[in-house]
Amino acid sequence: MDCVLEARHIDKHFRKPVDFHVLKDISFSVKQGEFASIMGKSGCGKSTLLYILSTMDTDYTGELFINGELITGRSHQTLSRVRNEHIGFVFQFHYLLSEFSVLENVMLPAKKLGARTHREIEMDAREKLEMLNIGYLAEKRASRISGGEKQRVAIARALINNPTILMGDEPTGNLDSYNADNVLQIFKRLKEEQGLSLLVVTHDIDFAKSTDRIIEMEDGRIIKS
Amino acid sequence: MTNWSVILNIAKTHLLTKMKSTVTASLGVTFGIGAYITLVSFMTGLNQMLDDLILNQTPHIHLYNEIEPSEDQPVSLYKDLEGAFNVVHSVKPKQSQRKIHNAIPILNYLKKDQGVRGATPQMRTQIFYLSGSIELGGNLTGVDIMEEVRISNFRDYIVSGSPEALRNLENGILLGAGLAKKMSLDIGDRVQVSTVDGGIFPLKIVGIYQSGIADIDNIQSYANLKTVQRISGEAQNYITDINVKLHDISHAPSMAQKLGNQFGIKATDINTANAQFETGSNIRNLITYAVSITLLIVAGFGIYNILNMLIYEKMNDIAILKATGFSGRDVQLIFMSQAIIIGLVGGFLGLLIGFGLSVFIDQLPFNTEALPTITTYPVNMQFRYYMIGILFALLSTFVAGYLPSNKAKKIDPVRIIRGN
Ligand SMILES: Nc1ncnc2c1ncn2[C@@H]1O[C@H](COP(=O)(O)OP(=O)(O)OP(=O)(O)O)[C@@H](O)[C@H]1O
Ligand SMILES: [Mg+2]
Repeated sequence: MDCVLEARHIDKHFRKPVDFHVLKDISFSVKQGEFASIMGKSGCGKSTLLYILSTMDTDYTGELFINGELITGRSHQTLSRVRNEHIGFVFQFHYLLSEFSVLENVMLPAKKLGARTHREIEMDAREKLEMLNIGYLAEKRASRISGGEKQRVAIARALINNPTILMGDEPTGNLDSYNADNVLQIFKRLKEEQGLSLLVVTHDIDFAKSTDRIIEMEDGRIIKS
Repeated sequence: MTNWSVILNIAKTHLLTKMKSTVTASLGVTFGIGAYITLVSFMTGLNQMLDDLILNQTPHIHLYNEIEPSEDQPVSLYKDLEGAFNVVHSVKPKQSQRKIHNAIPILNYLKKDQGVRGATPQMRTQIFYLSGSIELGGNLTGVDIMEEVRISNFRDYIVSGSPEALRNLENGILLGAGLAKKMSLDIGDRVQVSTVDGGIFPLKIVGIYQSGIADIDNIQSYANLKTVQRISGEAQNYITDINVKLHDISHAPSMAQKLGNQFGIKATDINTANAQFETGSNIRNLITYAVSITLLIVAGFGIYNILNMLIYEKMNDIAILKATGFSGRDVQLIFMSQAIIIGLVGGFLGLLIGFGLSVFIDQLPFNTEALPTITTYPVNMQFRYYMIGILFALLSTFVAGYLPSNKAKKIDPVRIIRGN
């Protein structure tokens, strides 16, 4: 079985201010090279689920496997390493380190991983920027580029360590339709050309329809996948 | 695994983009360390000067015969009255010589001792200085002048003339500065001294002695031991005091006790004689460290504040770093590095400023009647203080940086990302 990501019976409660059962018995998996999208009403728990799948949130019950390996219960140090090596994350708000150049932002996770030399990382980063048609921005400060450009930089950063899976929480939610479409095309190309697996939360039905699979959520449950 | 170049690079970028805060925080440390170096150099310089002033004139061990009453009064030796309650009124001191019995063998014994740097014989007498019809009471001490110069800084207190001149002239005298002034005498003049017995002897002034303590300079003069023995009509083995200098001053108390018991004479050591003196030094040290530590604590609070603010501003950055695979420890190291960099830069600047100020103070003229050998403010520059200074800087920034950086370590990226 070539599942890159598998969730088994994941439950999560928020205990403050009152006990709130936000995720209920979530089980599903994403296969190698699959482009899946998650849809659902606002407040149904999509972001919460994605934070758990990306290993940032450890307060849940159930089991999470990445590349067939059990992730649940691992130390924070190990989880950081897993995020660094295997997971690329793109947020709705394009989080970049504003004091660093675009190139440095993209290179940072690879430098942290330390598996390649500085030169190799820089070449790869430029290549990724080039692929996203923003190679000319490399030397610019991250705070001085537009929103759509920032989102593409964030995608380049998420890809720099050639992750197992790329996750996105409404990555196009903040973009105009032109830029949103652009990001969708990039994702599709990555899937087709590099066999990347993707799991993206979206409210955009057109976006969702052009993915391989739509996972529908309601009230903390998966109702269709 | 810690990737230092990445962590330091991020720390550096944060510091450089927040130049104002960085400079403010560093300056706090700079002032603390600068003040510490300046104060400690100046205060210990002062301590050393005062030590020199009194301690170096005091022998480590002083052997002499004390004029004191017998411990055993004759009545207590009388067997028939044993156990009775005896009261003796009007006890008088024991009839004894001021001379140290067997002084020459004691001197020889001391000179052979490994721990002894030198032992000098002295003969102290009371004399009158005659100036016209006026008689001034005072002391004349016979010394082995070259030996005194060797083991103490006696030479520093001879403000004009030289010890060699005294050695070369048998009838020479090193006259106390106060006496010289009172009697309007100077080098080359003659002064007449009269012993208690009434003999009058002319001595030639070969130097002026000034200890800096007026009470001493008004009465004390020095001459050759032989000369003093001769004018007092005593034999060559008549020695009233033996001054001992040790290699290690800390052995003084035990050695003094041993010598006192062994030779049956009074032996006082420098620590007993100058117990109150230590107190002054200690208080000055206390002030130095209290002021420096206060300044550093203030600087520490500055760093604490600035880092806290920085972490608050950089919440998003911290969340991204964590989301992209930096561990809590990495994030903590980023902010700790910033604190340590501030400590190092501020600390080194502080050392430089402290050094500059010390050099400046060292060149300020400081003339005082009491201290003939001192011409500028005393400053004691020691490499040790600079080491302590930089350690201080690192310690205070480490402590100040720890709490904020620990907070950064614990920041939950999910909360930050949600909050946006
Ligand atoms: N820290 C929290 N404490 C308590 N309840 C929370 C907390 N965070 C989120 N919730 C609640 O959990 C539910 C799920 O939130 P989540 O952000 O996962 O929704 P979502 O599906 O991503 O919605 P949206 O489409 O609007 O982003 C919501 O009802 C929200 O109010
Ligand atoms: Mg959401």
